[in-house]
Amino acid sequence: MARRFVALVFLGLGITLVAFLLTNLVPGDPAAANLGQRAIEDPAAVASFRARYGLDKPLPQQYGIYVWRLLHGDLGESQQARLPVIEELGTYAPATAELAILSILIAVFVGVGLGILAAVRQNRLTDHVLRVVSLSGVSMPTFWLALVALYVFFFRLNWLPGIGRLDPQYSEPQHHTGFFTIDAMLEGEWATAADAARHLVLPALVLALYNVGLLTRYTRTAVLEVVNNDYVRSARAKGLPERRVVLSHILRAALPSVITVIGLAFANVMTGAVLVENIFAWPGIGQYAYHSATTLDLPAIMGVSLFVAVVYIVINFVVDVLYGVIDPRIRVA
Amino acid sequence: MSVAPAPAPTSRFRLHRPRLSVAWRQPLAITGLVLATGWIVVAVLAPLLAPHDPLAQDAAPLLAPSGDYLFGTDELGRDVLSRVIFGARLSIPLALLLVGLALVIGATLGAIAGYFGGIVDGLVMRSADLVFAFPAIILAMVVTAVLGPSIRNAVLALVVVSWPAYARVVRGLVLSIGQTEYVTATRLLGSSARRSLVRDVLPNIAGPVLVLATLDLGNAILLLSGLSFLGLGAQPPQPEWGAGVAEGTQYFQFWWIGTFPGLAIFTVVLAFNFLGDSLRDVLDPQSSWRAGGEGE
Repeated sequence: MARRFVALVFLGLGITLVAFLLTNLVPGDPAAANLGQRAIEDPAAVASFRARYGLDKPLPQQYGIYVWRLLHGDLGESQQARLPVIEELGTYAPATAELAILSILIAVFVGVGLGILAAVRQNRLTDHVLRVVSLSGVSMPTFWLALVALYVFFFRLNWLPGIGRLDPQYSEPQHHTGFFTIDAMLEGEWATAADAARHLVLPALVLALYNVGLLTRYTRTAVLEVVNNDYVRSARAKGLPERRVVLSHILRAALPSVITVIGLAFANVMTGAVLVENIFAWPGIGQYAYHSATTLDLPAIMGVSLFVAVVYIVINFVVDVLYGVIDPRIRVA
Repeated sequence: MSVAPAPAPTSRFRLHRPRLSVAWRQPLAITGLVLATGWIVVAVLAPLLAPHDPLAQDAAPLLAPSGDYLFGTDELGRDVLSRVIFGARLSIPLALLLVGLALVIGATLGAIAGYFGGIVDGLVMRSADLVFAFPAIILAMVVTAVLGPSIRNAVLALVVVSWPAYARVVRGLVLSIGQTEYVTATRLLGSSARRSLVRDVLPNIAGPVLVLATLDLGNAILLLSGLSFLGLGAQPPQPEWGAGVAEGTQYFQFWWIGTFPGLAIFTVVLAFNFLGDSLRDVLDPQSSWRAGGEGE
């Protein structure tokens, strides 16, 4: 466990190096991207911009300063909004987290359910249909699905609200967790909570589809691997109802392989979030990453990639540990 | 060159090769093949098939689909159908190129890492881990942003994020095959490292890598069009599908502008995934849809 942790720290350091080098060894000029047209023609303004962000120092020194600050929880100041990056991440991350968690929960329930169904009905019509459904799920361009969903369910049918996290007539609930649904409920603002929940439905479903396809496939394979084992036959032989057999014998054995997909599912949700948040005007990490990448806002890019990578690594680490808890034969070294 | 010429064992080996014909008997494989072939034909014959010039702005803007303009026209009065047809000329070859590059780079590095081990192995696989630590689109976005947004840079960025998958798979396969007796035997008989990699190891890893590449084609198209959707890939007036969907979000109520390019992406990706999944059934029975349960 300790060795794994040390490896984590090195991986984290490597990530900062990659993010740092990527944003420095390249032709794009951050001064040009962030200063206005007038300011860029004024050498003094450019020089002060460079000095302000340490761009006038040699690269290794810039990197050293960056890591030193990082260890003190300082991710620098974004060049666009002139705010500490860590603060900006704090504002945007909960919006994405609320969306991502809901979407992964949906994907797990639907995907695992469909996977079991496909396995139980192996090689029958249901199974074949689910195979096509699963493949369609992973073939769907998320950004297009988001557009179509918004057009149909908001513009045409008006069943669900359109973009953003809340309708304009509601004000943001007081900040506790950053999850609008939970915050509003803590404040007792039930109408706001309901509106926030309604705003979550479409983007969460759109984001979940790819992972539903993925999880259906993994669950089906995992279930089929154990379905013919002796203990399953014994369970049936001693007269357990089929539901018990599937849920407490088969699913339990198949769970570890399903859990490992969660890390992958998170990566997919992050990928989807960049695209889907763009369409739904969802003020989250994906939007932040997109805006800082297109404006070449170095501290913000480094901050957001570091943040996402660290979350990703931590999730994979937790998944490994969970894996050991569920299946004692495998323990993290 | 002292290796005994042994044509007989080679031909006997072929008996154990998976029979590809099985794959083509499945409806899924056939659907995938028909769809993929259809799109490739569209890409090749685009100038003949497209009813209008994809860049010409000679129709009235924002016309709904009708007889003259089957998929309608966009905000500049360009024919959406022609743009979708010409889009195949961008997305499909670029996806092939991108997967090809990632495969060659990843497989070479993975094979070297697996075969030689030690420091080389550590170096290659740690860099692969680093790339894996980022969700693909975040890294690709940063790379394209810093290189400057263009379709060429988007392809390069996606090569950077996709090679590690091949490196990992190939390294694993080379490790397991490198320890088999027949590889040791050819090395002892005096064949060079390169020769043993190419002659003895390569044929054994071609199948799984092919499956991975076919399934990756779909993902490549999704990511590439995703970057274009964000404005980091194809630049106007290129008739790229992802960029077309982005146009559709701008002109939201004119549903045809975004719907048809997106449908094109979906069907192409679906075709490659149907094909890849059917290939996997044949070449990699362990993880296939038909695996488990039957006849173990």
